Amino acid sequence: MEFFVDPSRCIGCQACAQACAECDSHRGISMIHLDFVDRSSSPQTTPTVCMHCDDPTCARVCPADAIKQTAEGVVQSALKPRCVGCSNCVLACPFGVPRYIPALDQMMKCDMCYDRTSAGLKPMCATVCPSGALYYGSRETIVQMRREQPTNTFVFGRRVVTTKVSLMVSANTSALEVDIASFLPSPEDPSAGNNPQQVAA
Amino acid sequence: MAHLPLPEAQLIDQYGPHLNYEPPGGWHAGGPPDRLVKTHCCFCGIQCGIQLKVKDEKVVGFEPWTDFPVNEGKLCPKGVKRYLQNNHPDRILAPLLRTKRGFEQFPWEDALSLVAGNMRRIQKAYGKDAFAILSGASMTNEKSYLMGKFARVALGTANIDYNGRLCMVSAGAGNKMAFGMDRAANPWSDIPLAQCIIVTGSNVGECFPILTDYLWRARDNGAKLIVIDPRMTPIARTADLFLPVRPGRDSALMNGILHVLVERGWIDQAFIDAHTTGFEQVLETVKAYPPQRTAEITGVPAASIVRAAELWAEAERSMLMHARGIEHHTKGVENVLSCINLVLATGRIGRPGCGYGTITGQGNGQGGREHGQRCNQLPGGRDIENPQHRQEIATFWGVEESELPQKGLTAVELFNAINDGTIKGLLSISFNPLVSLPDAALTRAALEKLEFYAVIEPFMSETARHADVILAGSLQEEDEGTVTNGEGRVIRLRQSVKPPGDARVDWDIIIDLAQRLGKGEFFPYTKTEDIFQELCRASAGAPIDYSGISYAKIEHNMGVFWPCPAPDHPGTPRLFEGGVFAHPDGKARFHVIEYRPPAEDIDAEYPLFMTSGRVVSQYLSGTQTRRIGPLVDQYPGPQVEMHPQLATQLGVKNGEIVRVESRRGELTLPALVVKTIRPDTIFIPYHWPGDQSANRVTNRALDPISKIPEFKVCAVRVTKATPPVVPLIRVVPFNGHGAAKGEQVQ
Repeated sequence: MEFFVDPSRCIGCQACAQACAECDSHRGISMIHLDFVDRSSSPQTTPTVCMHCDDPTCARVCPADAIKQTAEGVVQSALKPRCVGCSNCVLACPFGVPRYIPALDQMMKCDMCYDRTSAGLKPMCATVCPSGALYYGSRETIVQMRREQPTNTFVFGRRVVTTKVSLMVSANTSALEVDIASFLPSPEDPSAGNNPQQVAA
Repeated sequence: MAHLPLPEAQLIDQYGPHLNYEPPGGWHAGGPPDRLVKTHCCFCGIQCGIQLKVKDEKVVGFEPWTDFPVNEGKLCPKGVKRYLQNNHPDRILAPLLRTKRGFEQFPWEDALSLVAGNMRRIQKAYGKDAFAILSGASMTNEKSYLMGKFARVALGTANIDYNGRLCMVSAGAGNKMAFGMDRAANPWSDIPLAQCIIVTGSNVGECFPILTDYLWRARDNGAKLIVIDPRMTPIARTADLFLPVRPGRDSALMNGILHVLVERGWIDQAFIDAHTTGFEQVLETVKAYPPQRTAEITGVPAASIVRAAELWAEAERSMLMHARGIEHHTKGVENVLSCINLVLATGRIGRPGCGYGTITGQGNGQGGREHGQRCNQLPGGRDIENPQHRQEIATFWGVEESELPQKGLTAVELFNAINDGTIKGLLSISFNPLVSLPDAALTRAALEKLEFYAVIEPFMSETARHADVILAGSLQEEDEGTVTNGEGRVIRLRQSVKPPGDARVDWDIIIDLAQRLGKGEFFPYTKTEDIFQELCRASAGAPIDYSGISYAKIEHNMGVFWPCPAPDHPGTPRLFEGGVFAHPDGKARFHVIEYRPPAEDIDAEYPLFMTSGRVVSQYLSGTQTRRIGPLVDQYPGPQVEMHPQLATQLGVKNGEIVRVESRRGELTLPALVVKTIRPDTIFIPYHWPGDQSANRVTNRALDPISKIPEFKVCAVRVTKATPPVVPLIRVVPFNGHGAAKGEQVQ
């Protein structure tokens, strides 16, 4: 079972955020948030969940070694006894996910409903999402069901980040360029841009 | 009598709305729930399945019900947070009596006797029809049936109507005229089978979020989506074709699309010949709506009108769905019929993936209009003016046909009659007219003229503040019964907890009132199943036939679609299969629709269209949702959506305060400057009361057939408010940590 996000289907209803706050392990606090791309121009919104990077930057930069990954690759919130509230993770995450919560003096973030998924349930947000923008299920099913295809490779300049969570993108997209630097000439080869294929190679 | 007993601020202080943020005992009240109760959401017409968590006889949370086929566990934010209405600090726990010191608790016996006594007194002094009933379309089928029977048998008044009169009656009337039957023609499971879908006048993403999944599944299968709306809503953003219609021009647009279909020979003449009547006259009418003329009327580019016809014609299977955006008009029925003309002319009905339907807005918008609580209707959808129908029900109830009242006044007419002094007494249940009716100033003036006003409600609504007696009723999760969702599926609500304090289930209160009126023998029910069995028997052989449905059958089948005329009948998910319609000759009717402008069009004095609607986190007049903190935080108060071109013209920036004026009233709200609305139109959501009420400016003008008010278009002028005033809303960003429990919103 995997987690898939399709921002193009998001209707901005916030059912995900409202439901996230109902999970037993963090009741009253939502660990998913909703962003308007630009409300003045469009009702387009996007739900932001932790992408659960294979090599999580948030954990790499944590000076207290408070952010752990489960054996299944789920990146957890900062461990309360260790978190020093420095917000390094907040600043470092390329997807803008971790939130420092002053009332708790702790970083908390989406843990893919570890309490539910480890018990065979779906994450709360993906269960309730009324538009299918969040989906939890098998890769085979979603590939068969939708015109979009999942990708979990993101290119930030010269850095390639792979994640446990996939974004649904148009069928001919193998990786998502998210940094304009990717389109600029490379210092090593001024005649070429750093497209994902070059980086991956 | 019905002036406020205390200053409004004092009433708000005592009875809210206050914000509830946490389940009983707080977020971390320990331990697993005692039980999970499979029931349904208390809000819109989708009626999503949900499991309520109950601990220590209180609702403490929810768990998705993934097996229920309509929503498969999916919920919108209202469904997620609905459980917070239970154990709410504003809850009315005992009958309240108006005194000089405000409302005071009162014993049930005395409260019921007082209500029944005033009913008798007013009817004796002024006639039977001087006491009226207003009920709601969020109530169960059982309560809907009971209210109709109570009005006709216990009270003997003609004047009972319901708040569905503000909702889907245009669709209902149009359906009946065209098809001979008032129900969406298809189960929603047909949506993903369609190849082209027109959604008109429906902000699906915010008003019926679960249906977006059905639309997406259709698009996954390659379907084209056409959205018609003056605003680019979340679903319109994704459409293959978006037609930004000028408010009040919907029927002209449909005529224009049909014109192109006819001109290019893209109609189904064989279907028309075999299964319909009246097409020849429609054919003549739509000749006058070529794309260019239609474009001039509707504000939709001619090329888009042609493209809509092309997309519709290319499909073999298509569905047309609409909601209040085309129904809330003085020509709502005409708008609906113009849509049906398009469907019939192309023969796209009665097959898998081919159909038509309104999307019901209220929780029991469908069932609420079937069992006899409308002023013109008896149980089973029978016509109160039809002698045979009257005799059938009179015999069934054991009364003389001559004792049954005739057709009464509709909801808005009823308030007009209160205002002019014809109606002196009122009992309302599940209806908050001060917020939900147009022209709120007139509604308040009418309430203040009532000699006696009684209310059955679980919360003190804005209207209930005017009552003489408030009978502490029940929330949906405290009662049981059935509702019929927007696709015609009868489903079962299960009682999760008992009403708190001395509050009582609504139907039991009504029975007690009937007994005090000396009519107890007609109401011999001890449980809701008794009422359901009676309403099913009452519907036997009627246009809306439930006679083969039972609680057990609903449980077993996860709902049963009516008509279901026998115990061994499986129900009818898809209507009109084989082109057989519900008129006596089996044929559908075309109707000639000649476009006419709205009751109030724009002019030099009031140069802008105003339209109203919902936001995703609020439901109807907000009696429930404006009490749920996380939902209020999501959209704290109304804003005036306007296009940047208009904002520039007015010298208004995003967030600045503007004054909106119509011929009926004005309101002052922040501007939300967005490119997603026509530059000639503003939009205000209607869920809020008083100074924030969109219905201070809307128009009371009625559709001549359905008597629905014209909420969706009126003429206004907008000016920048000077001097600047303090914003009326308190903005609390949603971050999981809301304001303190009990913080007031006003």
